[in-house]
Amino acid sequence: MTEAEPITMPTPILMPALSPDQQEGKLARWLVRAGDRVRAGDVIAEIEADRSTMEIEATDDGTLVEILVPAGTLNVRASTPIALLNGVAVRVDGTGPETAGADADPVETGAAVPLAVGDEPASDGAFDHITLREALRDAMAEEMRRDAGVFLIGEQVGEGGGAHKAGQGLIEEFGAGRVLDTPIATQGFAGLAIGAAMAGLRPVVEFMSWSFASQAVDQIVNSAAKTRYRSGGEMSVPVVFRGPDGASSRAAAQHSQCFAAWYAHVPGLKVVAPSTPADAKGLLKAAIRDPDPVLVLESEALYAATGPVPRGEDVLVEIGRARIARPGRDVTIVGYGRAVTTALAAAELLAAEGIDAEVIDLRTLRPLDMATVVYSVERTNRIVTVEEAWPVCSIGSEVCARVAIEAFDHLDAPPAKVAGADVPMPYAANLERLALPDAAAVTAAVKAVLDV
Amino acid sequence: MSDTPAPPIVEPAFDAVSAPGDLSQVPDFSHEEEIDAYRRMLLIRRFEEKAGQLYGMGDIGGYCHLYIGQEAVVVGLRMAARDGDQTITAYRDHGHMLSCGACPREVMAELAGRSGGVSKGKGGSMHMFSAAGRFFGGHGIVGASVPLGAGLAFANRYRGDGGVCWCFLGDGAASQGQVFETFALARSLSLPMVFVIENNSAEAAMEPGDAPVRPTDLAGRGAPFGIPGERVDGMDVGAVRAAGRRAALVARSGAGPVVLEMLTCRYRGHSMADPARYASRGNGPDRRTRSDPIEQVAARILASAAASGDELKAIDREVRAVVADAAESARQSPEPDARELTTDVVA
Repeated sequence: MTEAEPITMPTPILMPALSPDQQEGKLARWLVRAGDRVRAGDVIAEIEADRSTMEIEATDDGTLVEILVPAGTLNVRASTPIALLNGVAVRVDGTGPETAGADADPVETGAAVPLAVGDEPASDGAFDHITLREALRDAMAEEMRRDAGVFLIGEQVGEGGGAHKAGQGLIEEFGAGRVLDTPIATQGFAGLAIGAAMAGLRPVVEFMSWSFASQAVDQIVNSAAKTRYRSGGEMSVPVVFRGPDGASSRAAAQHSQCFAAWYAHVPGLKVVAPSTPADAKGLLKAAIRDPDPVLVLESEALYAATGPVPRGEDVLVEIGRARIARPGRDVTIVGYGRAVTTALAAAELLAAEGIDAEVIDLRTLRPLDMATVVYSVERTNRIVTVEEAWPVCSIGSEVCARVAIEAFDHLDAPPAKVAGADVPMPYAANLERLALPDAAAVTAAVKAVLDV
Repeated sequence: MSDTPAPPIVEPAFDAVSAPGDLSQVPDFSHEEEIDAYRRMLLIRRFEEKAGQLYGMGDIGGYCHLYIGQEAVVVGLRMAARDGDQTITAYRDHGHMLSCGACPREVMAELAGRSGGVSKGKGGSMHMFSAAGRFFGGHGIVGASVPLGAGLAFANRYRGDGGVCWCFLGDGAASQGQVFETFALARSLSLPMVFVIENNSAEAAMEPGDAPVRPTDLAGRGAPFGIPGERVDGMDVGAVRAAGRRAALVARSGAGPVVLEMLTCRYRGHSMADPARYASRGNGPDRRTRSDPIEQVAARILASAAASGDELKAIDREVRAVVADAAESARQSPEPDARELTTDVVA
């Protein structure tokens, strides 16, 4: 077991535009290194363009977690994330809270954390301690080596490894024939991938953001999801759509939103949302091997989160199985994606007050693993759902409704739902914080259902 | 343009190509091929007439888009295609299914929503597929099948199997945004595909002369993307096959996609639910008598003595028998078992 390093939710520092008509520049020099503490306003890097040099200042207090673009890189486009700053308050590691115990391995190796249902495939016991984005890359690389029909397609997925660097090194290993940069034709390349899947290939489509994928909803919902059914089983569509979903720091209304409920509504789709590097790898590999369309909703804020990932080409995380991220007795907290880290942070705060919360990471949003949720509620008799999404018709709404229907007699309090504010995501930093659930909101909801 | 009720746009476009029946368009059509084309087109014609009847009798419900009048397009292009090529189209797909070798009984049963249908009765008129015939649907959203066709072509290129995807769309779909996205992708990836724009000049929601913008040069729709196009007399099955062969040669060579604009004519309304007032205004019976794809071939067959009138009548009887059998079989096929409601959602 690697020592659980506390990490915080990283905020990307973006390449600034040098001027309105100059959208690219050279990242000339870094003045800080990964691990350095910085204060808002500190000069951390210098960029050069044809006519000017410009200094980049830290946007917030915090620790520089990772430099994404090395010094000397030419033609860095404005808005490219160049470094990650760790400045938000929620402290968790990539897989579970420190309070889970230094001897408890939070990844499903069958060791310490009880599995929700069934067994996970065993690895050889070895782990890579890697970031979530590296886990995604490893998943794609392994599956591309394993199956010649697997290919990656999307905007800028080749050179540079994609907007979020989840495909670094793939074009070097597999070439431009299997790592395809497309024009900005979102509906077109989504449909192209579906057609290729109908022809028997195994496409992985990367969307720069699920917000951009809204242009491809028709292809995903009408072409991908329904083809098995409307053909009476004659055709299938083994395609994977993946990319960042949910809150994206300071990205505001059109780039920062969660589509989980939209797609989880649709029969014929499978929807997963990993919250740890291990799950990211295992779920993506399972998605690529799945005979149906699978949507992988990643969290931009978690790409740099690190955690132990079991080695082994066939270590998959089964689609449709939730995970007990933290066992507890007093209340069940259910989340997915980044909200799991919020839930785990809340569980730590509650533990300090003597409240023992069980945290369930749904991992798959369709099909929902209600058996694990109900099994937990039967023991804790209370449930709180946590999500960054809007509250109306949300995943939390569905979980609460089904617990009320399927486990009513076990409930000692009405289900409670903690969700994002029912508004388009605001830009202002203070309003954005108010729009997203934090650990305090979760602890308050837990105390309400416990009546303490 | 003018205020006259006669639609001025259709005719000039049509006259720009060779006169219907021009034998110079079909230098390489043998007598056997003429008869084969006649039989194939007649099967679609009689099948669609029967489907129209069954719709009127309530045996077929929902949407039912007939292909009557356009038979030469799919038949001519299937005659230009090679084994292994794929076909994909939108919702006017009965003729494409039959041309790709689907069983008429199974197609009719699908229209009737019966368990014997190719999609077990769960797809209906617009959602039919044939893995064996390499027919990939049957798609109900206008324009959405076009990127899918690019994906089929991409698979051919990826595997290097030499296949071409024949991607059919209507003149209405040719204005959908994703068609242009697909042009960009198909060009940049040099995909082996032929965009077949079946221009029946009768975009579903429009009537000739009503529209602020009428598509006048659909063959040129790919030009801004560097995709060559050709306008073809889509009523002449020989001209269609010849153009299809030229296009396939380009697409199969690795040179990238081609657009074929097929000037054609659908006699019926957009769907059985459409009264088709516009179809009777200059786009219907008059053109029908001059250029009907089946009549043209029959005339050529008789003129060249490839077959006698009695022999053509015998073919018609055979085809009618196949279609009658399909209809009867569809009626006899039971509705899907209730358990089919929840199968085939996911594997």
